[in-house]
Amino acid sequence: MSRTLSTREEFGRTLVRLGEMSRDVVVLDADLSSSTCTRMFADRFPDRFFNMGISEQDMICTAAGMSLAGKISFACSFAVFVTGRCWEQIRQSVALPGVNVNIVGTHGGITVGKDGASHQALEDIAVMRAIPSMTVIVPADAVETRKAVEAAAWYDGPVYIRLTREKLPVLYPDEKRFRIGVGSLVRDGDDVSLFGIGLMLHQALEAATLLEAEGVSARVVDLATVKPIDEDLVLRCARETGCVVTAEEHSFIGGLGDAVGEVLLRRHPVPMERIGVRDAFGRSGSPQDLLEYFELTPAAIASAARRAIGRKT
Amino acid sequence: MRRLENGKSHRTRDPDRLRELARQVRVSIVKMIHRARSGHTGGSLSCTDILVCLYFAEMRHYPFQPYWPGRDRFVLSKGHAVPALYAVLKHSGYITQRDLDRLRQLGSILQGHPDSRRCPGVEASTGSLGQGLSVAHGMALAIRSLPEQPRVYVVLGDGEIQEGQVWEAAMSAAHYKSDNLCAFVDSNGLQIDGEVQRIMGVEPLADKFRAFGWNALEIDGHRIEEILDALDQARACRGRPTAVVARTVKGKGVPLFENQAKWHGKAPNDDELAQALRALGEPPAEEAP
Repeated sequence: MSRTLSTREEFGRTLVRLGEMSRDVVVLDADLSSSTCTRMFADRFPDRFFNMGISEQDMICTAAGMSLAGKISFACSFAVFVTGRCWEQIRQSVALPGVNVNIVGTHGGITVGKDGASHQALEDIAVMRAIPSMTVIVPADAVETRKAVEAAAWYDGPVYIRLTREKLPVLYPDEKRFRIGVGSLVRDGDDVSLFGIGLMLHQALEAATLLEAEGVSARVVDLATVKPIDEDLVLRCARETGCVVTAEEHSFIGGLGDAVGEVLLRRHPVPMERIGVRDAFGRSGSPQDLLEYFELTPAAIASAARRAIGRKT
Repeated sequence: MRRLENGKSHRTRDPDRLRELARQVRVSIVKMIHRARSGHTGGSLSCTDILVCLYFAEMRHYPFQPYWPGRDRFVLSKGHAVPALYAVLKHSGYITQRDLDRLRQLGSILQGHPDSRRCPGVEASTGSLGQGLSVAHGMALAIRSLPEQPRVYVVLGDGEIQEGQVWEAAMSAAHYKSDNLCAFVDSNGLQIDGEVQRIMGVEPLADKFRAFGWNALEIDGHRIEEILDALDQARACRGRPTAVVARTVKGKGVPLFENQAKWHGKAPNDDELAQALRALGEPPAEEAP
């Protein structure tokens, strides 16, 4: 297995670097600064770090006020709280005025593990996608996390970034280019396209290896920006491989699968299969056990790929 | 401050001139809501005197330079009272009568609730109650170290403070000792469904803010001298934010509208407009050509 790195820690390091670059960068947290790793920024720039206590609604609107006054703000907590507890605050006070508030949710998906359903965000991408003008990014490794956080800071508008609790294998070299709204081809192939985000991109890569052993050539694509989705890349893959599979650590409803499906339905329908959590809450367990329980495994992606290929006409 | 059409700045601390400005602002409010055929009459009239004192006596702001970083800022947390804000923005010179005439119409910069992206002088998009105090506090934190030492003012409704988030913000503003923040509670005692104390009691208001660590004052929200005095006290207070509980009358200035919850979100018809203008000492509205 290749080198793994925590995306949360990389996020914390990136915040410190951004803080060195610009005095306008401010960070807010809701009593989870050691888990979200904003503690690193707090230690380095105590005057620009605001622990708002356990009050996500106040945190989001305070960040909005700061950004209205010209700051580049980061509001951070667990994904389930920072998108769910204050959804309407994000809609009204952040997205409607279109301010540069960057909402970072760590501990997305079921791999939060033993804390169980209350702490496992499986709807966060859906609810953030639904807000007009919101950008949604799910980085797949530490390098992409760094680039996405930097891009979000300089982009003058609201962005939601979802990170995982677990460390992820490092996929990209340091010189990787990241642009909001642009996906990356990670592995080429001709028979099927596997679209993944976050942890599931790694599962898709393993699935491609499984498929290769059977003589199936699978293309793997990182669609880190779920909104706005890279329509051109999705269409090119659909045209060139003739069928697609999406894989996400998120509910079936409103996530990557829907984002890709909307593009295909409108512009180029092809057989499509989806891997995700089927309209259910999470539960306690080890991350690996949960991935298997919810069928978010390379084997599940590979069999979805076979189904998709079988439906090609 | 920009010279207005008559060549005079409205900037003043003279209570009589402020009272006259408040009368003109009330006339603008009822006329624009009548013309739009929708809008919130009662709550706009109850906070008029507070807004007039802020915009024409207290705040440092330059309508010809609305994004000057050192400006004092105002957030109308009870966003439905935005006709009052639009009227003071018009009398300050940010927007024109032509803008007021297009209130709530498609394509207008004057949305039904404040939209900071569309209208110059509107600092925050509000309308969903309970969020403005947090937004104002965020501004206060962001600008606290500017050399101009700008201040942030916010007006909340007394029904609005039933929202729990208001108290989260009250806690954090006291925690961060944000003495450049001053919140008015436009306590007119009524909300859509009836009397605030009957729907969900909020009293004792000043004591609540004091318990949260604020400097709290209680005034008659229609007496210009008391408002100016409260603003002086807020400016002088160090180490904690100030809450001014302003006792007001919903629909103030027009007996037909006063103290009636039904005038919360209702527009006057032609007849009611004529009565309102008479009560405000204004000649009848001319019909638009």
